[in-house]
Amino acid sequence: MIERDRPRPLSIAIAALGGQGGGVLSNWIVTLAGSAGYLAQYTSVPGVAQRTGTTIYYIEIFPKAKALGQEPVFALNPVPGDVDIVIASEWMEAGRAIQRGLVSPNLTTLIASSHRVYAISEKSAMGQGIVDDKSVHEAAQASAHSLIHFDMEQAAHETGSVISAVLFGALAGSKALPFEKSSFEETISRSGIAVETNLAGFNEGYRLAKANLADATKTSEPEMPPLEKISVHRDDQLSQKVQQIFPKSCREILMVGTNRTLDYQDKAYGAFYLQQMEDILTLDDTARGHRLTQTVGRHLALWMTYEDTIRVADFKIRKKRFDHIAQETGATQNQVVNVVDYVHPRVEEICDSLPAPLGRALMSAPRTKRWVGRRLKKGRRIQSSKLSGFLLFYMISSMRRWRRGTYRYHVEHARIEDWLARIKQTASSDYDLAVEIAACQQLVKGYGDTHARGLKNFTLIMGALDASGPDAKLASVIRRLRDAALADEAGEMLQLELTRLNDAHAE
Amino acid sequence: MAERSFAKEILSLRLGAGDDFCGEGILAVTKALLQSGVSYVGGYQGAPISHLMDVLSDAEDILNELGVHFETSASEASAAAMLAASVNYPLRGAVTWKSTVGTNVASDALANVASGGVTGGALIIIGEDYGEGSSIMQERSHAFAMKSQIWLLDPRPNLTSIVDSVEKGFELSEASNTPVMLELRIRTCHVFGHFEAKDNQKPDFTLQEAMENPQRDTERIVLPPANFLHEQEKINQRWPAAIEFIKKNKLNEFLGGATGVQGLIIQGGLYNTLIRALDLLDLSDCFGNTDIPIYVLNVTYPLIPDEIVGFCADKKSVLIIEEGQPDYIEQAINTILRRADLQTKISGKDVLPMAGEYTGQVLKNGLKTFFAITDDQEEASLPAVDAMNTTLPPRPAGFCTGCPERPVFTAMKLLERELGPAHVSCDIGCHLFSILPPFNIGNTTMGYGLGAAGASAFTAPSIKRTIAIMGDGGFWHNGLTSGVGNAVFNESDNVLMIVDNGYSAATGGQDILSSRSKNKTRSTRHRIEDAVRGLGVTWVRRVRTYDLADMMETLREALTTKQKGPKVLIAQSECQLNRQRRLKPIVRRMLSQGKRVVREQFGVDAETCTGDHSCIRLSGCPSLTIKENPDPLRQDPIAYVDNTCVGCGHCGEVADVAILCPSFYKAQIISNPSAWDMTITKVRQAVIGFFQRKSEKSLRLRTYQS
Repeated sequence: MIERDRPRPLSIAIAALGGQGGGVLSNWIVTLAGSAGYLAQYTSVPGVAQRTGTTIYYIEIFPKAKALGQEPVFALNPVPGDVDIVIASEWMEAGRAIQRGLVSPNLTTLIASSHRVYAISEKSAMGQGIVDDKSVHEAAQASAHSLIHFDMEQAAHETGSVISAVLFGALAGSKALPFEKSSFEETISRSGIAVETNLAGFNEGYRLAKANLADATKTSEPEMPPLEKISVHRDDQLSQKVQQIFPKSCREILMVGTNRTLDYQDKAYGAFYLQQMEDILTLDDTARGHRLTQTVGRHLALWMTYEDTIRVADFKIRKKRFDHIAQETGATQNQVVNVVDYVHPRVEEICDSLPAPLGRALMSAPRTKRWVGRRLKKGRRIQSSKLSGFLLFYMISSMRRWRRGTYRYHVEHARIEDWLARIKQTASSDYDLAVEIAACQQLVKGYGDTHARGLKNFTLIMGALDASGPDAKLASVIRRLRDAALADEAGEMLQLELTRLNDAHAE
Repeated sequence: MAERSFAKEILSLRLGAGDDFCGEGILAVTKALLQSGVSYVGGYQGAPISHLMDVLSDAEDILNELGVHFETSASEASAAAMLAASVNYPLRGAVTWKSTVGTNVASDALANVASGGVTGGALIIIGEDYGEGSSIMQERSHAFAMKSQIWLLDPRPNLTSIVDSVEKGFELSEASNTPVMLELRIRTCHVFGHFEAKDNQKPDFTLQEAMENPQRDTERIVLPPANFLHEQEKINQRWPAAIEFIKKNKLNEFLGGATGVQGLIIQGGLYNTLIRALDLLDLSDCFGNTDIPIYVLNVTYPLIPDEIVGFCADKKSVLIIEEGQPDYIEQAINTILRRADLQTKISGKDVLPMAGEYTGQVLKNGLKTFFAITDDQEEASLPAVDAMNTTLPPRPAGFCTGCPERPVFTAMKLLERELGPAHVSCDIGCHLFSILPPFNIGNTTMGYGLGAAGASAFTAPSIKRTIAIMGDGGFWHNGLTSGVGNAVFNESDNVLMIVDNGYSAATGGQDILSSRSKNKTRSTRHRIEDAVRGLGVTWVRRVRTYDLADMMETLREALTTKQKGPKVLIAQSECQLNRQRRLKPIVRRMLSQGKRVVREQFGVDAETCTGDHSCIRLSGCPSLTIKENPDPLRQDPIAYVDNTCVGCGHCGEVADVAILCPSFYKAQIISNPSAWDMTITKVRQAVIGFFQRKSEKSLRLRTYQS
């Protein structure tokens, strides 16, 4: 008869992405177990899955002393309900391990890095496509016997180490394996590869895991809202105006917006922005929490600071940018960093920057336009950290003072006026619709074809709005159209929704 | 040079009698071959048996000492045909490949060698790529064993059993004059365990002896009337001899309890999974001590009727645990029992699923039904988990960071906007990832090297041409004739894109004929272009893949040129995975010697990126990702290049050619800069600093930033 309390192998499943060192981690665990008098087996599935997909490494260990000369029959695959430790090197992969049933409430220690490596569906969305990871947090809390999670990628980065070392440290800190910390460290030392940095990562992982366990009830703190980062108030006319005229719930966004327009152009431009916003405020409704002022405040600032060549050049030469690049590349004092920018101005961008009559003339002279266009077929590589490139950008950015005379300025401000007029017209009759119209500015972004596509979608939606009679549900219609415009690049979804709308009108 | 170095593993191939071999399953097989006195080994690389090939490629010294010939075969067909050496001579030979795809390719030679039969032991080591992580169609090698009458071994997945199977496999082959297949599942190939080693054996009879004393026996050649004789021999002599050998040597095992009303018959390879499932149901301990009788088929073909009848005779019901479909073993056992007029009830696919991998969970569920266990408490699913399940984003495989194949598909995607979509016939290899997001390119894949052949029907008058993709691996495997030769002969007017990255990359970066590197033991640097022109293709272009503009221009020309006949475009750039492996040690050495090293890395300016992600949809590089928008007004995440970037430059090229945005930059980081670097940088920084201070002052005066 089989005894109920018989010894069983301890099992560890490691879910890792290709290149995250799942194999190294498995080797460490197997070596550690071996040196501590355990029999061990591990399997993996390398190959195609490893090319940026996920791989599950699976380890089983059993104390030799308890085997009494018999060979345990180790399994090759994790079985739901039978996994003691699940290690996940990324947060969604922790979720996937839970989905596979590998994490059991009465058994499993889940050790997972809370950082994200975004999946292609999240990355390729035309706007915000990042999956909300709250559901994984809730599932992890509910399904793990004990849970250790923190940003191990960051811990690795801070210690100059790799995530596998931090995971190994977190495993030691979890106390889920019957081995001393010193045995873990010896395993790393004996491997003889990058011992110093691996130990640093290990110790950081160990420390954070202990802290994590000690304070199990605490969840990660919500991040500070980004708006707070910027509001450096100064006592001047514009900031006073924001403080005095606008309700509290709008001030932050308007400060950011004002600052942005000041940064973009000059004081008069900032004052112009606030002037427009004052008009909007008079149409707003306290009962609705001033949503209209907030939304227009955000999108008007974005539209007024449209990305023209002057704006781009201005960013390219800022000291902050060069410092940031040096930091991103991890360059040290003894290294030299050169920056080469990839830009591809088209004839349209040239027209944009010309004085309005000239730009308009060129835009409507197809032959000349083609002639210029042929000269701009190839993109340019600008050596921004060399004098030639820097000074070129500097020169372009200095055209700021003539910006109000450019063709693009006229075009954009005409569009802005039209958009504001629609908002103002609608605000009193259909407040929600006005807010939705304001939010449609989100579609108009980017450069070149991207900008043209966004503008086309924006125009289509405004057209649909004009074609519709008064309708209580228009706000939700516009929202749906906006989502559709962001669903695919070819605009198929938007076209589908528009057709549907037309059919509805026809009925 | 393969993806991994096997220096450490080679040492373990030298272990002698009594030593403890510790390592991967497929390397244990390699060691077992040497212990069995094998004369020649061949094969075609592919998961999960690549490591067998890779380690032997690196083990030239040992092979020379033992007099073993090792060959990286051109295809599985070449490998299978190698077994012809064992037909006339007492030479032990082994060949290996990924199955069932490789077995498909090899089956012509396999049928022939199985017909005439062998004198020396012939072992075919099959990496059965079935179930989780598999990249091929789900079929069984079992069918091939049955159709050609090749014996099929499926040992228990521990290293001792596997090594025994290799040694016994050769003996069985010789005793029954029949080739033997050794089937290893994917996780078994990659299982790390240990076994007690034996000394390596030099072959008794050498290849040289055979070549100098040729033997001929027309009865072994597949041609009438000998072929009719072979069929009789198979049934009347070889089959009984095999049954006799298997019984005598107890290749199949009777484990568990001696008596019982219910029993289990299982493929050896599933034994460990079974024990775990029984353990979880409290029917076994973790050492496999159980009261339930288990008949383990370490040989799944042929079945031994006596043993089966003996096992079933005293049982009311027996469960057959057989992975995959059709249920060949279950059908055969039913027949055996009918012939013996036994009434034992046979269960199998009635309680276990007909299709799909037999994991621990699947077996556990099946066993519960078979043993009518009802009290086992399944954990109820948690609401929080159910809520999460729908939100997890899929993570399909994709091209590696900096992969040179990515620009090929970016070019195709951009051209699609201009010329409309084309029918695209894909091939086997990393390039097949084009069918997945973000590229979503490709209609069919018909097998390795068959990309061009897969488009051959489309030779109708049309305003559009089809595009076929083929890798350099597939090209040399068979695409040269099945694709290019076929297109020339049949006057195809379509486009063939050959992706030439210098390696058989998807199988682990092995060298092939057109590899650019010099290889000590193989002849490389044979240009694909020469081969294609040699077959009579006149429209041939070579393009550097990373040059996106040129890539597009050339492909546009191929798709629109008035010239008739096949258009072959050879897209060249080194596999980045292998390139990095090649360069890393060199860079490290240069850095430690204080030499000037320039590293390139790309980046995106957060301020100018508006978060449309066109760049990602056209590239899909893992290092090109997204992050929260630092701009408080913008809500869409911005593109961001993380520090795994290898500086291939494709994202910058995309931004340029597709005219996306001015946000991409290349940072050149110069380590150990020269005196000139330092001087000129100082001068630049002085001038640039002056202007920066000037504009910063103006910025400070007009904004609220300190």
